[in-house]
Amino acid sequence: MSNSLVINFSYIIAAGLFIFGLKLLGSPETARRGNFLSALGMFIAVVFTLASQEIIAYHWIIIGILIGASVGAYAARTVQMTGMPEMVALFNGFGGIASLFVGWAALFNADLNTFVVFTVFLSILIGGVTFSGSLVAWGKLSEKIDGKPIVFDGQRLANSLLLGAIILSGLIFIANPGGTSFWLFLIIALALTLGVMAVIPIGGADMPVVISLLNSYSGIAAAAAGFAVNNNLLIVAGSLVGASGIILTQIMCKAMNRSLTNVLFSGFGAVKKQEAIEGEVKPITAEDAFYILEAASSVVFVPGYGMAVAQAQHVVKELCELLEENGAEVNFAIHPVAGRMPGHMNVLLAEADVPYDQLVEMDDINPRMDTVDVAIVIGANDVVNPSARENENSPIYGMPVINVDKAQTVFVLKRSMASGFSGVDNPLFFGENTRMLFGDAKESIGKLIREFSN
Amino acid sequence: MDIVFLTFILMLSIFLGFELISKVPSILHTPLMSGANAISGITLVGALVSAGADESAFATLLGTIAVAFATINVVGGYLVTDRMLGMFKKKEIEHKK
Repeated sequence: MSNSLVINFSYIIAAGLFIFGLKLLGSPETARRGNFLSALGMFIAVVFTLASQEIIAYHWIIIGILIGASVGAYAARTVQMTGMPEMVALFNGFGGIASLFVGWAALFNADLNTFVVFTVFLSILIGGVTFSGSLVAWGKLSEKIDGKPIVFDGQRLANSLLLGAIILSGLIFIANPGGTSFWLFLIIALALTLGVMAVIPIGGADMPVVISLLNSYSGIAAAAAGFAVNNNLLIVAGSLVGASGIILTQIMCKAMNRSLTNVLFSGFGAVKKQEAIEGEVKPITAEDAFYILEAASSVVFVPGYGMAVAQAQHVVKELCELLEENGAEVNFAIHPVAGRMPGHMNVLLAEADVPYDQLVEMDDINPRMDTVDVAIVIGANDVVNPSARENENSPIYGMPVINVDKAQTVFVLKRSMASGFSGVDNPLFFGENTRMLFGDAKESIGKLIREFSN
Repeated sequence: MDIVFLTFILMLSIFLGFELISKVPSILHTPLMSGANAISGITLVGALVSAGADESAFATLLGTIAVAFATINVVGGYLVTDRMLGMFKKKEIEHKK
């Protein structure tokens, strides 16, 4: 009794540290300490749990921890910052599968009542969906499978049937629970299928929404497992993560002006035809671009995922320093859905040593865009597309965008005249004040840097 | 512990989560997500009991797999979050010339 009391008190401390850690994540100055406190909370919870009287044998635990810790540490050390979305997607999946197994193992406990079996069912269902959904998301992000949305006739019917089958087998399973029951295996198989079906219709550009949502699911699965094994720390931590994922999902949806149902069920990219934009693009050479930049007193970079693909963030930082030495004020305007996950651009720029006070949010830069001399768009397309503001027929109409077209001059760094990820034409390229700097972003910026040192 | 008590905890934590997370600035959203990954590795605590309770060989197997996956989340999640947060720097006050 006293043993379990001590453990439960350690859980209270751990929960407190998680909460305080998340609170410190509210500012870049305290965030690192917050993460440390959260890790400390986890450490306390694990150590006290190991002292539990229920645990008799330790060898399997040690094997599991050794495998997990070495894989985790290796992944954390070697992952490229451009690969963060893939890693987070995989980790969401691991969280899901862990909850699935914890729920499953709970079936071997002696005291099973209907409520416990119901929560086991939930943790297996949500955990399974999170796992297979995350694997598909990971495949799409790492381009191991095609990022295009996969939609087919009768998809909704198939999904409804799947859901119906899950509910039916769930009911049968709850009536006759068992750790090796046929219905249990059927539920696991159906849950894994549902996860795949849920993510395949979602296109690559919507991935920030999907990983946020799966992040949330992994937390909810942990909370469900908490009910299954009667552990309130799992419930607290799981719901914190669940809430975090839901908030991020909302932010992402808002930034694309789309409802969650729209993202989840209608394959974007399969959009209606729109009239082609007439106009002339005005290319510019690096030399001419340099003369304009040299005279500029206020410059804003607008990075998109293309910057990460071209690995151009370090040269961008170099150019940024040259411009500052030249007396210009330089900022980076970051759209909430730039990149492949929430906040992705910020991390990539932080890696390139761009100080975080130079990273400006869309809502802060837009009101003063007309005072900006030069806006440099690197590898971004849809997030700077003025038709989101002006053209009601545009599929992205209503999405908040960074109004670079209001700047005095816009440079667009672009490989060629192909349309963006969503396949939508961009009138910005034909704008009066737009100059196109064609070529690989990294090389183009390199040329500008050389012009400066001449 | 009864159902009502656990559900009560669930409700309060969800509200607390919403309050806390909505204060996280967008520049920290990626570290927030990887940190959340680490926290969702809390299933490790449940998995430890399953892996060590020695009830049946199959339950031990399930528990051990869960321990391994949850530990990946915990260790990997916290380490990579720390690595990322270490990159966020404020501008030096004296600008180097």
